[in-house]
Amino acid sequence: MRLQRLAETDRPALSFMLDGAPAAALEGDTLLTAILAQDGHLRASEFGDGLRAGFCLMGACQDCWVNVEGLGRVRACTTEITEGLRVSRRMVQP
Amino acid sequence: MSVVIVGAGPAGTRAAEVLAGAGLRPIVIDEAPDSGGRIYQRQPAGFHRTARDLYGFEAAKAQAVHDVFDHLRPSIDFRPRTLAWNLRSGVIDTICDGKASAVPFEQTILCTGAMDRVIPLPGWTLPGVFTLGGSQISLKAQGCAIGARVAFLGTGPLLYLVAYQYARAGAQVVAVLDTTPFATKARQAFGLMRGRATFAKGLYYIARLRAHGIPIAEGVTPLMIAGSGRVESLSWHDARGARHEAAVDAVALGWGLKPEAQLADLAGVPFDFDSVQHNWVPRQDATGRTSVEGVFLAGDGSGIRGADLAEAAGARAAWAVLAARGLAVDTHAVARLDATLAAGATFRAALERAFPFPAKLAADMADDTILCRCEAITAGEVRAAANEASATLPPPEVNRAKALTRVGMGRCQGRVCGAAAAEVLASMLSCPVEQVGRLRGQPPVKPIPILPAEAA
Repeated sequence: MRLQRLAETDRPALSFMLDGAPAAALEGDTLLTAILAQDGHLRASEFGDGLRAGFCLMGACQDCWVNVEGLGRVRACTTEITEGLRVSRRMVQP
Repeated sequence: MSVVIVGAGPAGTRAAEVLAGAGLRPIVIDEAPDSGGRIYQRQPAGFHRTARDLYGFEAAKAQAVHDVFDHLRPSIDFRPRTLAWNLRSGVIDTICDGKASAVPFEQTILCTGAMDRVIPLPGWTLPGVFTLGGSQISLKAQGCAIGARVAFLGTGPLLYLVAYQYARAGAQVVAVLDTTPFATKARQAFGLMRGRATFAKGLYYIARLRAHGIPIAEGVTPLMIAGSGRVESLSWHDARGARHEAAVDAVALGWGLKPEAQLADLAGVPFDFDSVQHNWVPRQDATGRTSVEGVFLAGDGSGIRGADLAEAAGARAAWAVLAARGLAVDTHAVARLDATLAAGATFRAALERAFPFPAKLAADMADDTILCRCEAITAGEVRAAANEASATLPPPEVNRAKALTRVGMGRCQGRVCGAAAAEVLASMLSCPVEQVGRLRGQPPVKPIPILPAEAA
């Protein structure tokens, strides 16, 4: 699964770091959109049952946590991406 | 002292309008960066689709709610990006950009909205499975479909609406699978006619989906979502019991909505099980007033009634607040609101009966299906704990099941699994679902950073 951009694709591009590798996004993307538009997961379940990619997209389920350098753990669905953000999908501790 | 409105959706907006009209300056708190709530969520700056593109038939209503709020900005104390994480006597605890604040109130109107009601099925934690509401937000607020080949599964008006919106935006909709049989809906035809416009829109969405050649199946039983590290297929039984499987990379699912009523719970408002909605609903009178001094409710957080009635209920609760403060009340306006709310209730009940929550689907979930996605707890673990506990202890209820298995103890606090967990437990105990109770709310209602508080 990758999110499919169907509209609003003429926004300015920006770059960020995803797990140490350069990645591209668009201004106004949430972290969730920016990540899932290129690679279909956000985190691994702490209980060993596999990868997760969020669920509710409205800040309720808390299943889209990622690490951002300087910010710590954030909800990807309610955090806007900004230029140069360094995002890590390594195990996020509760 | 202030009136505090929590939630800047349709209910909160109309409540603020009435209060500001009476010369008050309410504090309006919302976790989102802007007003509109989920139903009329605004797209970020730099996006330029029209209201018609975003909200379809509801464009005029959405625009009106946004316009009202924008005009109110100078006369209210709007606090966006602010989570109300606790409610104690006369105080709402908030956090904004990591900064905590205790907001005292004389009256509060809780307009905290709703979220999707979910039934876990095998594979539902795979990347690519989202709620119906989440799928709609992805399209509305980000211009994205949740996948390249999307199936829609569940029941309720949102199922057809979001599928239609996806098809219209150019997404590939593989199938729309409704767990409610046609006959169940047909029985409510008379009641549904009362909501003429809403009913007509529903028929339009279905007709457009069919015109797009999208298969729609009613009375289905979902079997599983399968894939390795991502969604690869969805399988189901049709109404006749024949097995089907579709190759998809994303599934949007949801079975109606449930109130986000955690703050009302923390306030001490009693809850009742509404057997028509099949939801626990905080108790309020027709004006939105609760038995807790100063606490009023409106919108879907007070029981699912939809956006139109949320607007009316928000305004109505604000008049009740004005009455409580001894201020003048426009009895004509109140009478109109009361009539709107009463008329809407009949249609709403028909809608709930037309798309009932398939409790049996939840109750019959396989033992190895993950029930609680936060803590990866299976239905079988809950059943085993219920069995063990019932041998030595009084019959368990959901909070006891939580203590024994951690189901509902994860970081979503049972928002996602609570409804289904109660069905699993009730079925084990052969009792009506309301007898196993509901998960009690706990502060903070959402995770907040634990850091030493800075001196104010």
